[in-house]
Amino acid sequence: MPIKILIPTPLRQFAGRNTEIEVEAASAGEALKKLTTEYSALRKHLYNEQDTLRNFVNVYVGDEDIRYLDGEKTPVKDGETIMIVPSIAGGSTVAEARVENELPELTSDEFARYSRHLILPEVGLEGQRKLKNARVLMIGTGGLGSPLGLYLAAAGVGTLGIIDFDVVDVPNLQRQIIHGTADIGRPKIASAADRLQDINPNTKIEAFETRLTSENALELFKDFDVIVDGTDNFPTRYLVNDASVLTGKPNVYGSIFRFEGQASVFWAEKGACYRCLYPEPPPPGLVPSCAEGGVLGVLPGIVGTIQANEVIKVILGAEGILLNRLLLFDAWRMTFQQLKLRKNPSCPICGDNPTIKELIDYEEFCGLKQPVIEEKPFEEITAVELKQILENDPDVQLIDVREPVEYNIARIPGARLIPLGEIVARQHEINAGKTTVVQCKGGVRSAKAIAALKNAGFQGRLINLVGGITAWSNDVDPTVPKY
Amino acid sequence: MLRLDEQLVLHIKAHAVHDYPHECGGMLIGKFGDDRKEVFETFPIENAREDSRNNRILLLPKDVLRAEKYARVYKLDVVGYYHSHPNAPAVPSQYDLDHALPVWSYVIASVIDGTAVDVRSWEMREDRSQFDEEVIEQGKTIKNED
Repeated sequence: MPIKILIPTPLRQFAGRNTEIEVEAASAGEALKKLTTEYSALRKHLYNEQDTLRNFVNVYVGDEDIRYLDGEKTPVKDGETIMIVPSIAGGSTVAEARVENELPELTSDEFARYSRHLILPEVGLEGQRKLKNARVLMIGTGGLGSPLGLYLAAAGVGTLGIIDFDVVDVPNLQRQIIHGTADIGRPKIASAADRLQDINPNTKIEAFETRLTSENALELFKDFDVIVDGTDNFPTRYLVNDASVLTGKPNVYGSIFRFEGQASVFWAEKGACYRCLYPEPPPPGLVPSCAEGGVLGVLPGIVGTIQANEVIKVILGAEGILLNRLLLFDAWRMTFQQLKLRKNPSCPICGDNPTIKELIDYEEFCGLKQPVIEEKPFEEITAVELKQILENDPDVQLIDVREPVEYNIARIPGARLIPLGEIVARQHEINAGKTTVVQCKGGVRSAKAIAALKNAGFQGRLINLVGGITAWSNDVDPTVPKY
Repeated sequence: MLRLDEQLVLHIKAHAVHDYPHECGGMLIGKFGDDRKEVFETFPIENAREDSRNNRILLLPKDVLRAEKYARVYKLDVVGYYHSHPNAPAVPSQYDLDHALPVWSYVIASVIDGTAVDVRSWEMREDRSQFDEEVIEQGKTIKNED
């Protein structure tokens, strides 16, 4: 007597519209093989690409699930009935779309390493396996990326992608604790990868020594579950946001400025994105970078660990992630504040009628690609030439447009301080009858000062010191400290 | 096309709001017609997940079997399944696709901040590549009271 297989309604049309089919077989697996050989269209719905039964397909022999018997080897006797019953699973997040049964197992070393997580009911074994399964992409291995990476690796995130194109420089070490003094001059991704691998050899590091651009962002993002924004500039921040929205990834955001930090989870599928909060970037130059404005070294440590915390919660599927909330932190006053965010229905990228459907030119969007102003280029001078004319020409004066704190750190002998912000108001202090060399730290602010003075009608001859006091220290007098 | 009367849409919305912020689900019982399915009843089933209930649902085979048997008594079919997406759109996720069966209707109710805002229906392509949205034909259920 043959075996009877009952076909569930959704699969009947792939089985000749039969509600039951009879086959000769000795085991449940053999019966299903015969069924799917005869009705090959059934196959892809019952078996996955690895040729094992899909995890939501349950096979019953009599009224017992074969999972609790002998699996596909479960013997079947003539006259018995096999039922195919789907269990039904669904869910709304993309980040943990991989199936629970496919989560990687922990090794005995990992059980020991993560024991403090394993005994937390909120993490537990399944949560730790989710962490091991997770792929997190960190943009930047600087101030925010340092604590982020250290904690994510320590927590057992399975794969960490790191993107950076910079090399470790001395001023980084005040806050970028993933890098050490011995790493000066090394690519940041190499230095970061070594440190992360030392913290947790189980974590797979995928390092991308590149600048994130509109050309590579979508391709890079698509293979990761969570994106973490540790960037320090607006064009990249908008690029990270837009690429996250377009690829449907959560974007765990953090930013820092002097003593103040911000953090949020932007996730267009579930709530607001960065553009819902800030549709437009600030005018160029309004918000200085860390290099220009300074930053308290411990601040990115705090904000970056908040980001790490939220990344882990997103992976675990926790409630109470920083979604639709903007956290504001002031390290000087030591206050935390929260602002409620809402998805903006007219958001150009995640609203009801999005106008941005692909990545754009973010430098241009942020106003950093303004047409070059048609005016006479001003004169320039190198540090070595400056030394010569200062020695030989008494009619040359040197104006330093940096801030007083910088002037106290280092100065070129004979330089007079007039900070950039005061230069126009105090132009009468500059003798227009003499040649004026203008100087700052690297040559950018001094160029702005010259442009501002010319616009304000200053008549004297103005020359920009290329490379600023840094070039002076490099090429003329190494005893002048670099900062 | 899926015929799903207003009253049944309200049942699904009410179930989704009741279980918010967790996902809820159940079977759709009705009849297969030519090119269309018609839902007569919803058959709520308890979410068997013990973790991640805000974004995951699992209906156990024994409960699905119960729905199948119930349908058979009335000479009806299970024509699909509904579930809710708390704080997410009524659009199937990759996870939904990985766990879907063809032919059935997958009705998803989006609940945002505790309010059911959207109910949409989807059917997976036979090659399992993606879901296509399915028109929901709504109408008021007219009862013959004789």
